[in-house]
Amino acid sequence: MPRIFAYIAHKNGVLDDSAAELAAAAKRVDPSAAPTAIVVGSGAQLENICAEVQKIYPKVWKISNDALAYPNAELIRRALLKIVPAGALTLVAHDHFGIDLAPGLSIKLNAAFVSDVTAIDALDGQTLKLVRQEFGGVVSAHVNCDISTGAVMTLRPGAFKAAENLSAPGTVLDKSAEVGALSSGRRYLETIVAETSDVDITKHAVLVSVGRGIQEKDNIGIAEELAEAMGAAVSCSRPVVDAKWLQKSRQVGSSGKTVKPKVYLACGISGAFQHLAGIKGNPFIIAINKNSKAPIFQVADVGVVDDILEFLPELTNKVQELRGVAAK
Amino acid sequence: MEILVCVKRVPDTSENDIELNGAGNDIERDDLVYSINEPDNYAVEEALQIVAKVGGKVSVVTVGSDEDEEVLRREMAMGATDGILLTDPHFEGSDGRGVASILKACVQKGNYDLILTGVQAEDGAAQVGGMVAAMLDYPFASLVTSIEVLGDRKLKIAREIEGGNREVSEIDLPCVLSIQTGINEPRYVGMKGIRAVQSIPIPTYGASDLGLTAAQVGSGAARVTRVDYFVPALGKGARMLSGTREENAQEILELVAAKGGLK
Repeated sequence: MPRIFAYIAHKNGVLDDSAAELAAAAKRVDPSAAPTAIVVGSGAQLENICAEVQKIYPKVWKISNDALAYPNAELIRRALLKIVPAGALTLVAHDHFGIDLAPGLSIKLNAAFVSDVTAIDALDGQTLKLVRQEFGGVVSAHVNCDISTGAVMTLRPGAFKAAENLSAPGTVLDKSAEVGALSSGRRYLETIVAETSDVDITKHAVLVSVGRGIQEKDNIGIAEELAEAMGAAVSCSRPVVDAKWLQKSRQVGSSGKTVKPKVYLACGISGAFQHLAGIKGNPFIIAINKNSKAPIFQVADVGVVDDILEFLPELTNKVQELRGVAAK
Repeated sequence: MEILVCVKRVPDTSENDIELNGAGNDIERDDLVYSINEPDNYAVEEALQIVAKVGGKVSVVTVGSDEDEEVLRREMAMGATDGILLTDPHFEGSDGRGVASILKACVQKGNYDLILTGVQAEDGAAQVGGMVAAMLDYPFASLVTSIEVLGDRKLKIAREIEGGNREVSEIDLPCVLSIQTGINEPRYVGMKGIRAVQSIPIPTYGASDLGLTAAQVGSGAARVTRVDYFVPALGKGARMLSGTREENAQEILELVAAKGGLK
């Protein structure tokens, strides 16, 4: 069995949910695994995070280094190369950091690489049998990974249920001296916090959310009319922002806002995981999409296969009729 | 600045419904419409905007077959000066590492200051750019949403991180960047533009031209292989409404009202 390592993400002193998910994934590879957590950072925050990680992992490797106060993947990759042994299986969350770190790490470790893994089926000799998605989640693929020279894998956030049976408090080993001084050709300068706008979609109980199916900028008005009739706000998925049809502040998803509405109307949205990651609080999801195979129908409560450009005006009419009756 | 942009021709998900074939082990490939991978198109536009400001040249490269020449021509019609096609029967079945090895060898044949890729292609792996960078020992950044050329062979870049926040860094040239969609507004390419570049020769390089062996590329070298495609059994799944448009709208209205969704 390979030795298993998990890179632990944390931010502002808060442990990321992925820490427990990676531990669960390690158990999927090998039920008897005693995975090692690698925790990187500096100062008192690092100590606090290590204490939390000890509750999940039997072994914790700590790297304290002032250069790592901000998680610059270019520096962290160099740090990991000094301590992760050949042939290991290294797990990282598939997020903006994992995408930055992991592919290059696999090259430097001479390890196989599989990204955005959604399930681990079995370890058969040196072949790890995995599941991942392609085409924005429309189809899944069975993937075989030869781990004879080790592997680096990024795991889909939320795909692995956090381990419930936590091990006895693990031991912390300080590996800082082995890492030593670090430098790279990419230097972190600052973080620019997202702009806010007049409409704060995180505060609305009902969202009329539009995706690529809205087709062009001039059609945004169709969603706005429905939202106005309902007393809702218009939000959107990434392609709508990329096309500059709505502002970034209206985007729901891992690279946009996290929303917690009561009702979410997903209109012409396919349902990529990055979008779904921004919908919290278990809202009632209504999906309207021309494509009956859109992944959004897997997570929605109610679905309608229809063209939103035709359906939304019909729904707007219905809302206005109801309002009209109520007004009388 | 000499910029190389790595591009890929992929099934266009806005033109096709991606479905399983009859045997249930692959996607249905008959009548698929292909186009440029969308993030790659943003990468080419970004490269063109950089050379418009600071001078230089944009080249586009792809790993594939003769059919993939069409995406090179499309990006040349946008303004890329050169196209390069990396093709060889020995490349078939390459995994991400194999494709990165091919591209790395191509980079080493040139004299590029900056290598761009799209953030990911249809397989969602987001892997090749970071691998090429590691093979070349170049700095790398993913999910890039802005690039500013500084003096002294440096760039100031922003990456997209969680919550719409942006991480700003300085990065030394030469480097590899993976470009996120939305970084710019890619220019329109018409049939006329594509015809205008139709006769420009596109050099092709194979394994021996690039000094690559079977141990580095192709199915024999692949450590990661896709066994098949499948559509997972739905979890809960949505309750699908099957009425007329008007009936469906009425039912949605009642559901929304029942959930307290009408203010």
